[in-house]
Amino acid sequence: MTALVIRGGQLLDPAAGVDALKDVLLKDGRVAEIAAPGKLKSANGAEVLDATGLYLAPGLIDMHVHLREPGQGYKETIATGTAAAAAGGFTAVAAMPNTTPVNDSSEITRWMLAPEREAAIRVFPIAAATRGSKGEMLNEYAALKSAGAVALSDDGRPILKDNIMREALTAAARVGLTVIQHAEDTRLTQGGSMNLGPMSFKLGLRGMAAEAESSIVERDIRLVTELRDTRVHLHVAHTSTAAALAAVRQARRNGLRVTCEVAPHHFLLTEEHVGLYNTNAKMCPPLRSAADRDAMIEAILDGVVDAIATDHAPHAVHEKEVEFDNAPNGIIGLETAFGLSLRWLHKEWKLPLGRVLSLLSAQPAALLGMKGRGTLTVGSFADVVVFDPKAEWTYNAREGKSKSRNTPFDGWTMQGKVRWTISEGRIAYNAETA
Amino acid sequence: MNPTTTPVRRQLSHPPVDASPFPYNPGSLLSAGDLSLDGISHILARATALENQDPLVRNRILAKRRVALLFYESSTRTRTSFELAAKSLGADTTLVSSLSSSIEKGESLKDTGLTLRALGAEAIILRHNSSGAAWLLESETRLPVLNAGDGMHEHPTQALLDLRTILAHLKAGAETVTPETLAGVTVSIVGDILHSRVARSNMLLLPRLGARVLLCGPKELLPELAALAGPGITIERDFEAALRQSQVIMMLRIQAERLAGLQLDLEEYKAAYQLTGPRLGTLAPTAIVLHPGPIIRGLELTAGVADGPQSAILEQVKNGVAIRMAVVERALLADKQGGRA
Ligand SMILES: [Zn+2]
Repeated sequence: MTALVIRGGQLLDPAAGVDALKDVLLKDGRVAEIAAPGKLKSANGAEVLDATGLYLAPGLIDMHVHLREPGQGYKETIATGTAAAAAGGFTAVAAMPNTTPVNDSSEITRWMLAPEREAAIRVFPIAAATRGSKGEMLNEYAALKSAGAVALSDDGRPILKDNIMREALTAAARVGLTVIQHAEDTRLTQGGSMNLGPMSFKLGLRGMAAEAESSIVERDIRLVTELRDTRVHLHVAHTSTAAALAAVRQARRNGLRVTCEVAPHHFLLTEEHVGLYNTNAKMCPPLRSAADRDAMIEAILDGVVDAIATDHAPHAVHEKEVEFDNAPNGIIGLETAFGLSLRWLHKEWKLPLGRVLSLLSAQPAALLGMKGRGTLTVGSFADVVVFDPKAEWTYNAREGKSKSRNTPFDGWTMQGKVRWTISEGRIAYNAETA
Repeated sequence: MNPTTTPVRRQLSHPPVDASPFPYNPGSLLSAGDLSLDGISHILARATALENQDPLVRNRILAKRRVALLFYESSTRTRTSFELAAKSLGADTTLVSSLSSSIEKGESLKDTGLTLRALGAEAIILRHNSSGAAWLLESETRLPVLNAGDGMHEHPTQALLDLRTILAHLKAGAETVTPETLAGVTVSIVGDILHSRVARSNMLLLPRLGARVLLCGPKELLPELAALAGPGITIERDFEAALRQSQVIMMLRIQAERLAGLQLDLEEYKAAYQLTGPRLGTLAPTAIVLHPGPIIRGLELTAGVADGPQSAILEQVKNGVAIRMAVVERALLADKQGGRA
């Protein structure tokens, strides 16, 4: 494998406590050497990337994406989804199992990881927690783990039954995996297509109550409490309500291993952004009230939120060009998460750059037990994002790498332009040739 | 990064909400809230003028213009009313209903709209079971779209014909409306508010003319957050208290087709909310009774009230044709009349 030198950039690696001008040598997919500018010992013959004036950081990690393969390649493929991820600065994504068929077997997990999928960056499959994600019968967690699964989830649906959730948490803990819950009491959200509140009443749409999320989070935390097993790890996907965050905050106070993620749309948008039936503002969980949105921001700023994850959910144009209640849930997010996080969390709300990067890399890596990722020290994977943190740009969904364009952020101003994304030593995205 | 810190509220700025691009076409009537007071006055005046016009002159106004009626829900009253209105202005009308083969075969609303446009439709009157369908159709076709009822959301021509009926009784048929026109007037809307597009359109329209709107019904059919839908709206759960304050009583049908599993004890409902002769006679002897239809005699009101002297239900039907003539005319002549009214 060829060697790469990234020269002249500011290395910002919060996990390692580094924020300094460094030259970095990448070799055989790993970080081979880090040195003060011009001081690399073994850089002869390596291709040189000039990062003068730019930052380099551990590649971003999105722990919640839908790559749609197998089965729904018209929305996205592993190739197009990972190309979009690379363009967004990501070097690893965790792919949810609600594909067709559901990824509840070692065969499908291995199929997703096969070289024929032509992934531009690393894909880490999350396997279904239950057979067919039906919430009735547990899958074989040990086998799924050895096939490459990094976590378990029935995302798209909740694990509703108490006893099944309890068994899933226990069985997952036994093999060292996390259970990621899509917290939605679907008995309360039937027919709902947006947040329950004054807006849903005005628009004549059936609403999804905040309690439908928080009650499941509270139930799950109760189960974790009762299990009294420190290996048990519950992770709450796409947290969207103040009440759910409060429950997570309290669980943390009680010393439980309960973590959560928040999607950019939930810390930026509210139910008001649904406007007059904009189906690109329809997702599950839905955009919530301003108070909920504010709670997301507070919890990110004060450290209760463990990761920013996109819930990248591509849908074809014709699927979204329908009546609001008939439109599928979800928006794409891989190409906007970094730009929105820097524009709003960092620039507007003053979250230090290193903390933004942690939420998008070191912390999700730790949550999913990805060793050698989320940091750039000698020996770790050569997963790097090189970017200009000050550059502003305008997102144009038509020019995106994703197969789909279902985003409420089309035309928005972003901050922080990715120059190169390097995945295990290979250039996966180059802004000049993209 | 101490997760046990209690959150402190900060003053933060947030991404703005874009202004609505609707309506794209100045001839469209999507929401009762889209009309300015001048626009409402204009429609009321045209309704009267068209109603009084010689039918042989009137039917030259839109002679040979093409209007499509696209109906995804069965409807006798609204469909016939729009059809008569368009025809009496001389327009050619085509009805496409949910029983039409293309829709049965699963054609999307977008494609049906584009097909109608390609066939020469110059305006589309849409009735649809999904809230917001009229907005989708308008943005995809950019034709004048008249919302004849979208799901549980709006039914703006119903609110306009209700207004015309109220004005005829309380304001001697006034046609120029101001923010004070209905000052001092209390309108009670009673029954299944949650599922009612008629209620929502009236809630948007009447308070802008100074009316006080009381919403009355049980919790299952009238959630507390309905009061937050706009200014001038109050919830009054006690039907008799509402009646005592009202000059206008608008009774709504229980929409069994939209209850979605909701269980309702009809006997209990009738005991609390049925408009009976004695209730009306003792609590609101001078009020007018409105109902958007179809009425279910013996449920939300008694036959005696429906046929009684305070009932304006059939006047509403008649006003519907006049209002819809004005609205169809506006749809096709909006550009010539100097744009958005
Ligand atoms: Zn989910």
